[in-house]
Amino acid sequence: MADVLALELKGITKTFGSVVANKNVDLKVKKGEILSILGENGSGKTTLMNMVSGIYYPDAGEIFVNGENVVISSPKDAFKYKIGMIHQHFKLVDVFTATQNIVLGIKDGTKFNIKSAEKKVKEITEKYGFIVDLNKKIYEMSVSEKQTVEIIKVLYRGADILILDEPTAVLTPQETRKLFDILRKMKADGKSIIIITHKLHEVLEISDRVTTLRKGEYVGTVETKDATEQSLTEMMMGERVELNITREEPKNPVERLVVDHLTVIKRDGTVALDNVEFNAYGGEILGVAGISGCGQKELLESIAGLQVTTKKSSILYKPDDLGPQQLVGKTPKEIRKLGVALSFVPEDRLGMGLVGNMDIIDNMMLRSYKSGRGSFLNRKQPKGLAEEVIENLEVVTPSATTPVRRLSGGNVQKVLVGREIASAPKVLMVAYPVRGLDINSSYTIYNLLAEQKRNGTAIIFVGEDLDVLLELCDRIMVINSGKITGIVDGRTATKEEIGLLMTKSVEREDKNEQ
Amino acid sequence: MNSKTKNHEPLFHIAKRDTLPMYKSWAIRGLAILFALIVAGIVTMLLTGENPLKVYSTMVSGAFGSSRRIWSLLQSLAMLLCVSLAVTPAFKMRFWNIGAEGQVLIGGLATAGCMITLGDKIPNALLILVMIVASIVAGAIWALIPAFFKAKFNTNETLFTLMMNYVAIQLVSYFEMLWENPKGSSNIGIINQSTHAGWLPTIGNFEYLLNVLVVLGLTIFMYIYLKYSKHGYELTVVGESENTARYIGLNVKKVIMRTMLLSGAVCGIAGLLLVGGTNHTITTTTAGGRGFTAIMVSWLAKFNPIYMILTAFLIAFLEVGSGAISTVFGLNESFADIITGIILFFIIGCEFFINYKLHFRSRHKEVK
Repeated sequence: MADVLALELKGITKTFGSVVANKNVDLKVKKGEILSILGENGSGKTTLMNMVSGIYYPDAGEIFVNGENVVISSPKDAFKYKIGMIHQHFKLVDVFTATQNIVLGIKDGTKFNIKSAEKKVKEITEKYGFIVDLNKKIYEMSVSEKQTVEIIKVLYRGADILILDEPTAVLTPQETRKLFDILRKMKADGKSIIIITHKLHEVLEISDRVTTLRKGEYVGTVETKDATEQSLTEMMMGERVELNITREEPKNPVERLVVDHLTVIKRDGTVALDNVEFNAYGGEILGVAGISGCGQKELLESIAGLQVTTKKSSILYKPDDLGPQQLVGKTPKEIRKLGVALSFVPEDRLGMGLVGNMDIIDNMMLRSYKSGRGSFLNRKQPKGLAEEVIENLEVVTPSATTPVRRLSGGNVQKVLVGREIASAPKVLMVAYPVRGLDINSSYTIYNLLAEQKRNGTAIIFVGEDLDVLLELCDRIMVINSGKITGIVDGRTATKEEIGLLMTKSVEREDKNEQ
Repeated sequence: MNSKTKNHEPLFHIAKRDTLPMYKSWAIRGLAILFALIVAGIVTMLLTGENPLKVYSTMVSGAFGSSRRIWSLLQSLAMLLCVSLAVTPAFKMRFWNIGAEGQVLIGGLATAGCMITLGDKIPNALLILVMIVASIVAGAIWALIPAFFKAKFNTNETLFTLMMNYVAIQLVSYFEMLWENPKGSSNIGIINQSTHAGWLPTIGNFEYLLNVLVVLGLTIFMYIYLKYSKHGYELTVVGESENTARYIGLNVKKVIMRTMLLSGAVCGIAGLLLVGGTNHTITTTTAGGRGFTAIMVSWLAKFNPIYMILTAFLIAFLEVGSGAISTVFGLNESFADIITGIILFFIIGCEFFINYKLHFRSRHKEVK
């Protein structure tokens, strides 16, 4: 029986419209192993797993669970075959407690008994060593805690095959280590675990075997012990690629932004930013690291004039020719009127930076449509700009009149960054600029930022991948629950150092470890 | 190989389509109308025993049979189109203005008020000018009230505009009593029947030509406003994403209020044309449900004023044509509604097939 596969996929194909998401993919998962599915964004990893967990239904191909040909057409079917998936975006009810979320939606025909359910949940947490307060409400939880709840939920439903979609994307290095410990315990217990990821070092650390997908097609499977970062990259990309970010020393940096006592209190009374102080220099990339939702968004929006800040807050902008300008209390319009050359690439590209249903030309004039007299729009200039951006940044699009929502993630980002750079900013703020982009597009963006730095722009880069921050930034500022816990040198700092600053004073367990 | 399947594959599943080329989407719409006619024909035969072809030809002749009928169709079309144009900027901004009915009524009431109180007291040209201003201002204010509360306090505009309809209807009832003519009829009757004071001028012998021309002008105006003006651009951005609007420094509140002002003003014009140019009286049913039908016309045309001519024509034709069926065949009016309902069901339903496609389970399993 030992050689019966826990899960086998044969010739799975799935298309969306004219886009082929998966083409003839085979996959084998043994019992009691951890398998990584590696591939770039858009290579079809998540789609493939969504078919195993019953969210999509394949156009062709067969699925075998424990050697038996099965049809999975809904998540309910998936649970019947003991398959559970932990999605990247958690699917939890905010106002319920952990336990309530875990037992939600289970119909086993017997009368529901919260006591026995609680007992069962407790058994699971103790067995695998989860640390979580089961009576805490979801909205009070950190991202890592929410993920824990999702995993327990799947185990509670009796899953033997667990699929985790990019589980470490939102975790600090310390939290990642804890998660991996739990995964190893589950593996020892005979469970099969599939991890979707594009982080190579994690693949090498945790998995037994690696299956690679490229552009929706199956490339191959290797034993992790035979693989190296370089060999995996080549499998993923199909070619040898040089992934280097050139980081020059900042040339005569001038002070551009002086932020002092910046405090933002949200509508519900919670403090989003607490007395933030820092300076940003022209010709320098200042990285901002932190667990997502720690005030990064509020920080950038305050500088852009989109946040209400408290009285004592001060954001001084220092142009070359004039005295310092106070940005606090001004609207984006007033800031622009002052001649402050400030560009902002927000995290939410299609929900904030661009309008998805408008074409590239109309998106180009989002910031500039007001210029020019009269009450009519002038589309001539934006059209020229659109064509320029398409050509210079190699945007793949049928035409400049294509709605941006039809473009791929990388191309959407190029349009947005292209527009923001076009105004020759003195300060450029970017939030998670490579999220969802493939490797090549990511490096295009990094190089664009490096070029802006060379031109003397002060760049504030909010990122999530610490490896990238350490390679790209001159200084890295760590934000933690709205407070700045440290500013380190990007050339000398280590990941562990930043990870500690990210979680300092928030999670007590970390201190005990030290 | 053991390939015993334990449970059944789903019979079909739904997937989103890429955008269809123009001709294909119109072919689907054409097919939908054809199916609608067939189904409506079968229903007609089963319910009434009439020959469906005869029924359809009655519909067509009811709408186009004589120049009088054509003009009457054009008038219905123009009025419906006018209100549809009015609600379009609001809906494009994703402001659910379902209060067009009330805004039209209030515009009409203002017109009637001017005609009754000022008729024969000031020169006719001046009276008409006052009527125009009054109707536009009245409609605009009626729309601005919910817009103001939405912008300032984020109230629910759907409920608010809906309630404003009832307020408008009650106001009209009140003034019907106040201005009743003759006394005791609780009706306003034809205003200034002898002097025609405040009646909008007719061009040549064509009673409805002025209405048609005004609405045509409004259509072109609205098309240009939405597509080429800065205001149109702003309201589109607000409708698509308020966050983006904030990001580019737009004053969202101002855009909401300004757009509703326009929406209400055009409704006011519809009221003016209905009272001053067509009915020369006002009742609580003067708007005639157009405020609601207009929403469908506007959405079906995807907020494009030029397409709106087509969708408004379709609805107006169905209304006039099915009205003819009920009179000619002596069927009651509900039957006309049944036919209209069937046809609209198919036309609106076919949009699903333009946006999505169905994958059916393939019968054969590939054997390798």
